[in-house]
Amino acid sequence: MSDTDKPLKKVCIICAKGTIEDVYATLVMANGAVMEGIEAKVFFTFFGLDAITKKQMKKLHTATVGNPAMRMPGGLAFPTFLGMIPGVEAGVSAMMRSQMDKLDIPPVDEFLEMITAGGGEIYACKLAMDMFKLDKSDLHEEVSAILTVGEFYAMCGGEGTQIIFT
Amino acid sequence: MADKVIAGKTVQVNDEGYLLDASQWDKEIAVEIAKEIGIELTDKHFEVLAFLREKKEAGEPLTIRKVGKSGIVDIKEFYALFPGGPLKYSSKIAGIPKPVSCV
Repeated sequence: MSDTDKPLKKVCIICAKGTIEDVYATLVMANGAVMEGIEAKVFFTFFGLDAITKKQMKKLHTATVGNPAMRMPGGLAFPTFLGMIPGVEAGVSAMMRSQMDKLDIPPVDEFLEMITAGGGEIYACKLAMDMFKLDKSDLHEEVSAILTVGEFYAMCGGEGTQIIFT
Repeated sequence: MADKVIAGKTVQVNDEGYLLDASQWDKEIAVEIAKEIGIELTDKHFEVLAFLREKKEAGEPLTIRKVGKSGIVDIKEFYALFPGGPLKYSSKIAGIPKPVSCV
């Protein structure tokens, strides 16, 4: 039996970064899984917690400094010093969000709701929560629970399961 | 591409079983394709199918989000109607191409 004969049944996705692109990679993959009938469990840790923290989730940014793939509209190089000017990162990030909206990619809170509507589950990392002094009330309603890494791993068993670190 | 007899009618389908010509579709064909997937169609299903066909006709790309904002079903209900693959199964039953969207 080849590997393609054994369909993927479950994905466990870990998101540890809080930039727009890291968070959306996680959300698109999780939502794409439930759309295909694949079980999805998503674990947000460290800066990834911004994606499920009510206060931060609508304000995610993409880095305009230290991001060599950052280009001007039209493809010209984006000078690093430009990225340092106050407001530039916010502007670039707002532009990215509006581009995504045109492709019917929802804002983070709505995306979380889409994933859980399809049966996906969202979790927060206990260690990172403690570190950032957050509690359950700081998190979006779609977050099911705060887990230790061991508890998360316990959910990641079974044939046809993959753990993905975005 | 192949000919397939569905509900007594000969239609063209691709290798995944999606109808190639949406105009060959009718309700009996929908019931038959749904049965193959394991779904019993209700009036609510047909409302969603009509919405999808309408959007397809208008050339609008289909996403789960769009169906969720249709006013017919929310996303949770959409999953409940077409378990295991709401957008791909509903499109197949609606006789329209498999959506190419990632959301």
